[in-house]
Amino acid sequence: MTSRRKLGMVLLGAMLGTAAAISVAQGAEPPLKVGLLEDVSGDLAFMGMPKLHGSQLAVEEINKSGGIMGRQIELIHLDPQGDNARYQEFGRRLLNRDKVDVLIGGITSASREALRPIVDRTSTPYFYTNQYEGGVCDASMISMGAVPEQQFSTLIPWMVEKFGKKVYVIAADYNFGQISAEWNRKILKDLGGEVVGEEFIPLGVSQFAQTIQNIQKSKPDWLLTINVGAAQDSFFEQAAAANLNLPMGSSIKVMLGFEHKRFKPPALNNMHATANWFEEIDTPEATEFKKRWHAKFPDELYINDMGYNAYNALYMYKALVEKAKSTKLDNMRKVIATGDACIDAPEGKVCIDPKSQHTSHRMRLISVGPKHEVTVEKDYGTIQPYWLGEIGCDLTKKNDKDQYTPSHLPKKS
Amino acid sequence: MSAEVFSVFYQFADVFAFLILSAAGLAIVFGMMGVINMAHGEFIMCGAYVTVGLVNLGVPLAIAQMLAALTAGLIGVLVEFLVVRRFYKRPLDSLLATWGLSLIVTQSMLLIVGSAVRGIGTPEGSFAIGGYSFSTYRLVLFGCAVAVLGGLYIIFMKTRFGVIARATMQNAAMAKALGARTGRIYAISFGIGTGLAGLCGALYAPTMTLIPTMGATFVVESFVTVVIGGANVLLGTAPAAVFLAMIRMALNASYGQIIGQIGMLVAVILIIRVLPEGLSSVLVRRGR
Repeated sequence: MTSRRKLGMVLLGAMLGTAAAISVAQGAEPPLKVGLLEDVSGDLAFMGMPKLHGSQLAVEEINKSGGIMGRQIELIHLDPQGDNARYQEFGRRLLNRDKVDVLIGGITSASREALRPIVDRTSTPYFYTNQYEGGVCDASMISMGAVPEQQFSTLIPWMVEKFGKKVYVIAADYNFGQISAEWNRKILKDLGGEVVGEEFIPLGVSQFAQTIQNIQKSKPDWLLTINVGAAQDSFFEQAAAANLNLPMGSSIKVMLGFEHKRFKPPALNNMHATANWFEEIDTPEATEFKKRWHAKFPDELYINDMGYNAYNALYMYKALVEKAKSTKLDNMRKVIATGDACIDAPEGKVCIDPKSQHTSHRMRLISVGPKHEVTVEKDYGTIQPYWLGEIGCDLTKKNDKDQYTPSHLPKKS
Repeated sequence: MSAEVFSVFYQFADVFAFLILSAAGLAIVFGMMGVINMAHGEFIMCGAYVTVGLVNLGVPLAIAQMLAALTAGLIGVLVEFLVVRRFYKRPLDSLLATWGLSLIVTQSMLLIVGSAVRGIGTPEGSFAIGGYSFSTYRLVLFGCAVAVLGGLYIIFMKTRFGVIARATMQNAAMAKALGARTGRIYAISFGIGTGLAGLCGALYAPTMTLIPTMGATFVVESFVTVVIGGANVLLGTAPAAVFLAMIRMALNASYGQIIGQIGMLVAVILIIRVLPEGLSSVLVRRGR
């Protein structure tokens, strides 16, 4: 209700803004249409809500300060409810009927892969705002979140050094979990580590007694938890109740699913993650950003990294359009190709890598304590999304429209 | 060795408790009364939310759980009176009506309570045998499941209400002619069913993430258990849960959760094929 009312207010604001622009008679142009697909109902609503809020906040701020090249933004949000078929249906609707200038959104990697072929048939830019398993080499897509070379190449060596070489993996059974587990195997192999167990869990499974026992049987030094969704998160509560008590690492816990806010301490004790954003960052820029967010959305339980990336996506879009002086994807990509597509985000300066169209990030390794307090263990500084470029993806030369993994590399031409 | 034996029992008890607790309410509402209650998961969710709400107000967990089951039961009586009552002769329409109810409830909860509620934590207590450590609360759940089965058996097989209720389900007109107040019997039976669903949610609330769609994680297992239970619901649900729990536990342990889930559903298909007096026979009986 409130979010819809707020959306209404944003739209109203946009319309009024447009009306004002027309009355000034500056040869006012129609608003820029931003299509947004985020789940605000269904199993992933608790993660999707901050994404919608981040987008609304950015749109409001940009519109207040004059829009993009003088044009106001009209945000059109649809709720695919975690259903990949609806992602496709709504994606088509936004692209073909509403003719949006840019498409943003998608939570799971499954939803992104459902959308990508549809986006690829148009010449509309698409921003994916989650951290993910990496590897998408597609000229239509700009990725705002962190990828494995920023998350796993930092976290796994640190965990191995601190806790040991034997790892047990619990992963959601779809492309994100499978490919993330593959990254773990590859990085662990280079470090001389060992995967003592790997379990893929169907989405929606909420009971983990057997999994907990399998873990105890394999005696790992630490756990890699890349389970997804509210049902699978029940693992933490059940593992704590069974006194499993193992160090954990993840690329999605804490900063994304804010499990440390949703579960009673100490369920998330000894969890580690590498993140470009988590609400506990207390630099002046971050504090200022959090203040604006909570002023607009006082009930927000946690500003997660997806919501933060969704906010940045609109500013990145603004920067690209204004540098290109055009809303056309090709012209925007010319700006990206110069390597000069950067914004000053709350985490610091972030730039789009020309070869892969992924974003550089300042990465920090955080840990959760027994009272669910978050501590920064290590600051890695800015890390480039280098992997795709290294294996031969170069979008400035060739549009592969493919997703690569350590076991699926581009063919040498 | 004893650790291995106990761990097998523990895993079996865990799956068994999950199946029984999630299916008990449905066994009455769907199995006995023939109402395809698509809002079953929402009554479970209701039990969980009421429990957490009361615990946050300072009510002790066990009392909160009982009150939550009671709340779900009372809401069930109300829903029976307002909605379900009109569909006893139209089982397929009851599916649609309760599904609509389920959608309305989940979305309202999302809008009113928000997308996630902070959990209350599982009651302390774990014990270790051999190299394994176990949560005591999971055994409490098993105990509750057995108690629910026993309670149901006593209510429906050994009490006067049970006899009248079974008579009403079998032939409402005849029962009415003999003086049974069938309307009230239906309402109470439905209330017992939803109360048990609420109890399931209440018991699992401390161990799970609370979101408005949480009931969905129980629904497949509960329908499957009841359908497999076959014609005699009260006596059928327990062996169905034992059977499915054994299959799932064995597959989970050897091949992981994916195979466990697939295997259980394959077993269900095979059983319905061999013993077809499941869903279809219930529909036919009510439809007449």
